Amino acid sequence: MRASRAGEGGEELQAERREKGRRKRARSDQEATGKERDKEEQPKIKSSKAVKTRKNVKNEKTKEMEEKQEEEEGEAEERNVKGKKKHGSAKKETREEDGGKRTVKEKAREEKKKKRKKVVETSSEQVTSEEDDNEEEDNEEKEVRPESLTPEELEMLKEAVDERKKLIQGLRGKPWSMKKKLVTLRESQEFVEKYEGALGKGKGRKLYAYKVMMTKKWMKFQRDFENFKTACIPWEMKIKEIESHFGSSVASYFIFLRWMYGINMILFCLTFGLVMVPEALMGRPYGTIPRKTVPRAEAASAMDFAVLWDFGGYAQYSVLFYGYYNNQRAIGWLKFRMPLSYFLVGVGTVAYSYMVVIRTMARNANESGVGDDNSFNFSWKMFTSWDYLIGNPETADNKFASITTSFKEAILEEQESRKDDNIHLTRFLRVLANFLVLCCLAGSGYLIYFVVRRSQKFALDGLENHTWWERNEVNMVMSLLGMFCPMLFDVISALENYHPRVALQWQLGRIFALFLGNLYTFIIALMDEINLKREEEKIIKFNITTWEASLYNSTVSENSTAPPITIQPADVPRGPCWETMVGQEFVRLIISDTMTTYITLLIGDFLRAVLVRFLNYCWCWDLEAGFPSYSEFDVSGNVLGLIFNQGMIWMGAFYAPCLPALNVLRLHVSMYLQCWAVMCCNVPQERVFKASGSNNFYMAMLLVILFLSTLPAIYTIVTIPPSFDCGPFSGKKRMFDVIQETLESDFPAWFSKVFSYASNPGLVLPFILLMVLAIYYLQSTSKSYKEANVELKKKLQTQNEENKKKNKLAALKAQTDLEEARKTASQSAELHKNNSASRQDQEDGEEDHGSCQRQYHNKNGRHPPPPVRDQDGQLPATRAPVPRTYHHVNHGSPGYLPGFPRQSEPKMHRVPSLQRH
Amino acid sequence: MGNKQTIFTAQQLDAYQDCTYFTRKEILRLFDRYRDLAPQLVPLDYTSHPDVKLPYELIGSMPELKDNPFRQRIAEVFSEDGEGNMTLDDFLDMFSVLSEMAPRDLKAYYAFKIYDFNNDDFICKTDLEKTLNKLTRNELTEDEVRMVCEKVIDEADLDNDGRLSLEDFQHMIVRAPDFLSTFHIRI
Repeated sequence: MRASRAGEGGEELQAERREKGRRKRARSDQEATGKERDKEEQPKIKSSKAVKTRKNVKNEKTKEMEEKQEEEEGEAEERNVKGKKKHGSAKKETREEDGGKRTVKEKAREEKKKKRKKVVETSSEQVTSEEDDNEEEDNEEKEVRPESLTPEELEMLKEAVDERKKLIQGLRGKPWSMKKKLVTLRESQEFVEKYEGALGKGKGRKLYAYKVMMTKKWMKFQRDFENFKTACIPWEMKIKEIESHFGSSVASYFIFLRWMYGINMILFCLTFGLVMVPEALMGRPYGTIPRKTVPRAEAASAMDFAVLWDFGGYAQYSVLFYGYYNNQRAIGWLKFRMPLSYFLVGVGTVAYSYMVVIRTMARNANESGVGDDNSFNFSWKMFTSWDYLIGNPETADNKFASITTSFKEAILEEQESRKDDNIHLTRFLRVLANFLVLCCLAGSGYLIYFVVRRSQKFALDGLENHTWWERNEVNMVMSLLGMFCPMLFDVISALENYHPRVALQWQLGRIFALFLGNLYTFIIALMDEINLKREEEKIIKFNITTWEASLYNSTVSENSTAPPITIQPADVPRGPCWETMVGQEFVRLIISDTMTTYITLLIGDFLRAVLVRFLNYCWCWDLEAGFPSYSEFDVSGNVLGLIFNQGMIWMGAFYAPCLPALNVLRLHVSMYLQCWAVMCCNVPQERVFKASGSNNFYMAMLLVILFLSTLPAIYTIVTIPPSFDCGPFSGKKRMFDVIQETLESDFPAWFSKVFSYASNPGLVLPFILLMVLAIYYLQSTSKSYKEANVELKKKLQTQNEENKKKNKLAALKAQTDLEEARKTASQSAELHKNNSASRQDQEDGEEDHGSCQRQYHNKNGRHPPPPVRDQDGQLPATRAPVPRTYHHVNHGSPGYLPGFPRQSEPKMHRVPSLQRH
Repeated sequence: MGNKQTIFTAQQLDAYQDCTYFTRKEILRLFDRYRDLAPQLVPLDYTSHPDVKLPYELIGSMPELKDNPFRQRIAEVFSEDGEGNMTLDDFLDMFSVLSEMAPRDLKAYYAFKIYDFNNDDFICKTDLEKTLNKLTRNELTEDEVRMVCEKVIDEADLDNDGRLSLEDFQHMIVRAPDFLSTFHIRI
């Protein structure tokens, strides 16, 4: 009895829903009539002869048909709009029915079962359709006792609960209004709460209850953790502010800067935690051995600021540089393996950087996997060109302007009326520009080489005899070149007249080449210096042995019993220690680079802005709009600067463990400084570029730089023997001998044996070969995939175009049909009565025709004949002879309305054929 | 954490977190933003679901929307009454859809509604013209506008009915390389 009642309820619901659909249809009728008409128009008019009278009749008929159709459509639409929820409930229903079938035989249970089923159904129905018959539901639910449920019902309930949970999870992705979402959420949560409680009560279900509880807790934890994580991202608000002022491209620089900061933070933690702190805490203290003491000659000036600023004096003989570290194998009570740790941290730094960069690149590549598809050029311009992030009137103005120009360009391109104005001139100018750039590059390279050579000469003379400029010439020249050459390139690139996007890439490429050239000249010069120092070292080494011998002799001769006299470690002669020298060079370079960046920021941006702002009151032309104006934020230049800075860090970090720390400091300061500078003295770019495409471009540059900067570092580590009296590897032939030493003394014998076998060239070479083969294989497969992808895309595109063409042709035909139909209609108005008898059949066909028009067009021309035959065979039997009076007038195939012209014939054939397939 | 704020109950906050792509902190910040628009209208206590609506003039004057040529449409689409007057729920809903976390499909659905100026569930030529004129501030000539609109329909209209349905629009927009990066507002 209850079941029947519930059934009624269900029917009521159904009816109500239908009613709703009808209402909805009625509402949308006014709007929809237009589209209905559109849809109907073609076939309708085709079939009509006497236009007006017929149309009225027809309208009514179609309306009836439409009504049915619409009802279904309305429902479907409703379902669609309401999202998957309904799907879910529908699925549930079917599942429940299945369950019902299974248990049909158990009559005793059946009634209960139905009851349960109804409860679930009604409640779900309620949520979806928002129809409040709460009382019923409540009544029924009160009677539900979890103890009385069968296992199958429990299963079902569990499924229902899971369904709800899924719904709750996906709720935020539903295009509903918040009110509805909240209501749905509440109801679903109540449902889940109730039945989860019910499920938890029985014996043996404790586990389930426990699981539910744990998942709840876990969710809560996850949410809190998520909250915590977003709270931990630094500078989020700053970047958002910038983003809203300057658009996404400027913000992308700051995001890149933040990412860089993160990487450097980790590098810093590695070197600081595993190298610097252990040495400072557990290594021998300052002043115990020569390498940890300032030599007597320098002691007087070791604390001077000028010396410290150059990282000489006490700074040089501290944990900041390679030379300070002792070659003691294990230090402190922890027996910390210092040299090994030093080596591994150096390797780990590079390895970690590679990993991070490549992983980020891969992720970016995945994200931007689509693209380079030009089929929706205008649509994309229309719908995606506005950057919703923009919240600043100036940027908005620029954006409007750039969108307008991009549309105009696209229109011009489309019309192809754009003729190249004097291609020879542009070509010549481009060649000239490239020539000039090459000259600049060569000049800057030579200048650096010259300066480095000169500085070596100065260094031989002794630095004290020279001015400040002469001492800092190298760094200053490099920084100045890095500052002015890009400007020069900018001027030169104005000659070329490229599209700004292309111009930007050229510019980036040139600056990249410049920086790279400078860096490598610097490194080559440094190599020269290393060689010089090594010569010096040899001499000093010889001297030291003689000095020691003389010392020994003298002590022995004076008194043989006394303990050997202690020589102050400051007095011991020592080698030049080229590693520290290299580290110092890099640190100085970083410092001067940082300084120039900050100073250009202050002068070029801030001072300029101040001058423009305040001199404008008393100047003869408008400074803000005219020549100096405010500066724009140069995204590409800044990104490149950052990349090269990072390259220097990677190169020098092995010889100066303090470099990552310095860099962290620098990035931290420049984050604040640049944020401030951007907000206070820059104007938005005139041409606002989207940053999304160039992201991987920057990443690729970073990877190249990483590779190029690890190359010299690895070269020096592998080929040049370490200094004999400084650094953790002193006394070894090569730096990497530390690995061997560890293997021999810290690992069991069999391990080193295995390792020596494994490192034997006979094994390594095949392994490398295998790897190369694997890479080759993977690369070729990925290439073929890519090709297939491109091919498929092309196919898809051509197919789309073909479809479109066909559709258009069809539309054109329909138009001509229409006209012809009108013509014929006027001629044969008297015959419409006969036709009206067969109209019904015709309409059926037409509707199908309308809905699957696209498909036939694909098939168009492929197999038109069979359907004709079929029709011939079939239709005369089913149709009244009336049309036959006309078909000879047309083309002999029966079932055609007289108004139907020749062209539409194949279309009509396809209808039955499709229906049959 | 809980006793610091009394604007919402914990359940409300949880519910909002379930219904939007925001964290607790962001919801509170959004509430602050909402309240800053009209401190005299919006109460500081939302636990009893007060029925407050801010008029479109206030919503449209937010710096995030102020310069957006489609601000009125955005407000209309997301407001319950279709006029651009927003409750807090509508407000949260709007920024949730426009947040970075929202999936492509959801964004595409609402983008379609935004560009469908006359609410007829199709983007027809007049809608396109309006969009274009708003994008370029009426800088293009009539011929150019007509041409661009024709091109758009030509490109994206798959069923050839002379206007873009939601499916057409989605088909086109999911392939757009920077739809996701441009169709969001950070707040």
